[in-house]
Amino acid sequence: MTHDELTIANPKMKAEGVDVFYGAKQAINNVSIDVGTDLVTAFIGPSGCGKSTFLRSLNRMNDTLASARVTGKITLEGEDIYAPSMDVVQLRARVGMVFQKPNPFPKSVYDNVAYGPRIHGLAAGKADLDLIVERALVRAGLWDEVKDRLGESGTALSGGQQQRLCIARAIAVNPEVILMDEPCSALDPIATAKIEDLIHELRGKYAIVIVTHNMQQAARVSQRTAFFHLGTLVEYGKTADIFTNPKQDRTKDYITGRYG
Amino acid sequence: MTFNAPALLFVIVGLALIGWLAGRARSALLAARAGVKLHSRPQYHGWYVALWLFAPAALFLALWSSVSPALVTSAVLETPAAQGLPEFGFERGAILSDARSTAAGRQAAVRLPAAAPLVEPYRQAAQRYGAIGIGAMLALALAGGLYGYSRVGPGLRARSRVERIVMAMLLLASLVAILTTFGIVMSLLFESIRFFRLVSPAELLFGTHWNPQSGAPQPGTFGGIPLFWGTVLIGAIIAMIVAIPIGMMTAVYLTQYAAPRVRRWVKPCLEVLAGVPTVVYGYFAALTVAPALREFAAMLGVPNASSESALAAGIVMGVMIIPFISSMADDSINAVPQAMRDGSLALGATPNETIREVLIPAALPGVMGGILLAVSRAIGETMIVVMAAGLSANLTANPFASVTTVTAQIVKLLTGDQEFNSAKTLAAFALGLVLFLVTLLLNIAALRIVKKYREAYE
Repeated sequence: MTHDELTIANPKMKAEGVDVFYGAKQAINNVSIDVGTDLVTAFIGPSGCGKSTFLRSLNRMNDTLASARVTGKITLEGEDIYAPSMDVVQLRARVGMVFQKPNPFPKSVYDNVAYGPRIHGLAAGKADLDLIVERALVRAGLWDEVKDRLGESGTALSGGQQQRLCIARAIAVNPEVILMDEPCSALDPIATAKIEDLIHELRGKYAIVIVTHNMQQAARVSQRTAFFHLGTLVEYGKTADIFTNPKQDRTKDYITGRYG
Repeated sequence: MTFNAPALLFVIVGLALIGWLAGRARSALLAARAGVKLHSRPQYHGWYVALWLFAPAALFLALWSSVSPALVTSAVLETPAAQGLPEFGFERGAILSDARSTAAGRQAAVRLPAAAPLVEPYRQAAQRYGAIGIGAMLALALAGGLYGYSRVGPGLRARSRVERIVMAMLLLASLVAILTTFGIVMSLLFESIRFFRLVSPAELLFGTHWNPQSGAPQPGTFGGIPLFWGTVLIGAIIAMIVAIPIGMMTAVYLTQYAAPRVRRWVKPCLEVLAGVPTVVYGYFAALTVAPALREFAAMLGVPNASSESALAAGIVMGVMIIPFISSMADDSINAVPQAMRDGSLALGATPNETIREVLIPAALPGVMGGILLAVSRAIGETMIVVMAAGLSANLTANPFASVTTVTAQIVKLLTGDQEFNSAKTLAAFALGLVLFLVTLLLNIAALRIVKKYREAYE
């Protein structure tokens, strides 16, 4: 793998020689990658290639699985996130996450967004919290749809709205990175288009990493694309290059639909 | 011939076995012929014949066993020897049953002289009806068996017929439980109606003085409020104050924190706690907890501290209920999708914050259902309160005082020598009915809540 495209001026996160094991099974093998600060990075690859596993090691969500073990080095702004001195709770506030299936809490729309700011003590008072909630919902493109029903349950919204609510919930804690794990796989095309628009809006404000099955989606929303296969990073580069001029045969086969 | 139901059942099982062999043999012979293709394999034909032989005869046997004693008695009453019997009451029943036992050979001679002339009519009637019953049953068995046997042929769908008969038998089996429940409710209801002819329902439900005496009912002594209050104080208040927090914390620990190895040990231990006989809890409450509490109360200077106290019974009952609550809460917390937990953790919440803010609120409806079921169990619990709470019907909020509960009073009313038509004894049935209705409502409410909650996550 050539490294010229990989060099990013000021990477937000940097992974070096990362292995992830589930028990005795190795899910990720020696992956090194930089995540750009002002870029959207897409992880693509066939099912079971380890792209979601790798994403979950970026905010240490793999810690919740007793059998998972991560070796190698992952840094956020130069800090080793697996160092004993790293506070996982703070890390996850800085590296937010949006999941495959919308998972709003069974609380009101307002309380869903206010959840993070409340537990991290980000708001000085009720008025401040109102402002944070409104700003997050505006950023997530949901404000106009829910401003009159903030008291309604978050689970009563449509699937696409629920996913934008989850994005608003992540934004409300002011993260530096947002990880999205196939955020549109449970949504219809219109809701998907809205989320993709939203990703465009959010670019530059947050470093975004998105895992997707959908290559068109990766081509539309991302500036950098990483192709994973069988737990290894096969190719990483500018999205345009990966899709028009892949250097590896495996990448070419995948992109042209030979497998996956 | 006397009608001996178990022996006759044996006989028809034997006949059914013969029918099975005959049916199978006939169809096997048919199948052996060239060009004959049977719909079902031979053993289904065997089952078909056997069931046709067995089912009508067995049903008749059950029916006849339940009606023939009444037929025999009424035949005896029509004989001239029965004219001298007293008209009503206990004596008449005693004489009749004495004669019946002697006639059946269960005792060598009559104990009551008045029964002696009835023995012979009894024996004759029993033999007559026994012969009728046996004859009819054998005829039915033969008719059924022959019908089944005559139908055996290549076109007989014995396999699907047997399937249907098996289904009908399974349905009958499930009806047994339902009908038994119905019968129990009916007997409760009828005895309660007899009670309410003597004492008004309003007095039982709203009266505040409980001191039932034998003989004619004294007005103002059947007030159930002290009993209801005692039941609520022990079962719904003290026991729940103990069981809910400990049960919930146990469930949270087991589902969220415990290593799989710890869970493997702790859960069976909890299940053992649920399997301890309640009488063991009862003497633990009466002999260990109650005296300790009385000393503690005396140290605090609480007046009326009794060696039998609501607190002792309530605390031990709470301990008994802990596994119940923790297992319901465990199920409810596990039913909350993992995605919910991940969503909270990914926002930087600690596991503790996740449990308090997300998991428990999401699991609450299920937990509430579990708590209602636990309350319904606690208020129906008997041994602990009989042994530890006492029998004096005090209307008091002092947990160190002795109180009594509905179940404890039912035990008190029905144990020892009692005549079965006094208001005092009948009160037990009325109390039982009230208890049954309350626990029924609690169970229905709980099951509805749990069901609704399950739907929410499917």
